[in-house]
Amino acid sequence: MDISIHTFLPALFGGVFIGLSASLLLWLNGRLAGISGILWRLFFSNPGDAWWRVLFLVGVVGGAAVYYALFGNAPEARPTFPVWLLVVAGFLVGYGTSLGNGCTSGHGVCGLGRLSLRSLVATITFLIVAIITTFVVRHLLGVI
Amino acid sequence: MIRNLTSLLAGLVFGFGLALSGMTHPEKVLGFLDVAGKWNASLLFVLGGAVGVTLVTFRFILRLSKPVLAEHFFITKETKIDRPLILGATLFGIGWGISGYCPGPAIALIASPNWELLAFLPAAILGAVAEKFFELRAQKKSAEQLSRKVTQPGIPTDTPITESPSDSSCG
Repeated sequence: MDISIHTFLPALFGGVFIGLSASLLLWLNGRLAGISGILWRLFFSNPGDAWWRVLFLVGVVGGAAVYYALFGNAPEARPTFPVWLLVVAGFLVGYGTSLGNGCTSGHGVCGLGRLSLRSLVATITFLIVAIITTFVVRHLLGVI
Repeated sequence: MIRNLTSLLAGLVFGFGLALSGMTHPEKVLGFLDVAGKWNASLLFVLGGAVGVTLVTFRFILRLSKPVLAEHFFITKETKIDRPLILGATLFGIGWGISGYCPGPAIALIASPNWELLAFLPAAILGAVAEKFFELRAQKKSAEQLSRKVTQPGIPTDTPITESPSDSSCG
């Protein structure tokens, strides 16, 4: 098991930043910081509802850019990971989060924060399914 | 106008937190999901840190009569645990477990794109647009069926029809 101080402190503080961001957005704008909802509804929203979504997403990119500029350590592509699997996974992530109205941020961070049973069920479901899927892909199919 | 700026600010904090947390590294995410391998617990701290904050702050925020810069909170009243929720979470779990990407990190990685993102992100957008397309088509179809029924007397219509996809839900 890998829980050195070098991984758990950044993970914890990164999580706290995410929680603070969700708190700011709800306190000031009354919106939940669910990335999939903010992004997918952008394509079907009216112009008055689009700007805050665009700017939030621009902020997410900008915040990550600031971190990488200061500390480096940007992720590199896995050399042997099959492209078609990424395309299939992307489609499933888009379709699933749109159908289920949320992802790790919407159901996980915000939904659990407001004690939503619906979000708790969704979070447990996608965590268990993801754990099983990772086992199948890595250990049965041997894709790393 | 100021609401757009606060939204940008919240986004900046979110993106910085995502990059700091290591969740933009798919190997770390898969290292957490891979309980049979060399387990990497760091994601637990990310979720714990984030939910630890929202559990406290949301209690106080949601007790306010309205948010600081808006007329009301945009929060779904949906509480049903239904088929779309479970099926959606399952499909998302499969995609997440295969790739190690969920929507947040995929967006944050536009800051430092590689070919993995070029394969994943357009496919994710296509998937979400396809789902909304089917959702809208199903709504339209049921609306048409209902309006056909309305022309026959004696059949009550008590279901409200909406053209837009489920709005103001969690996200």
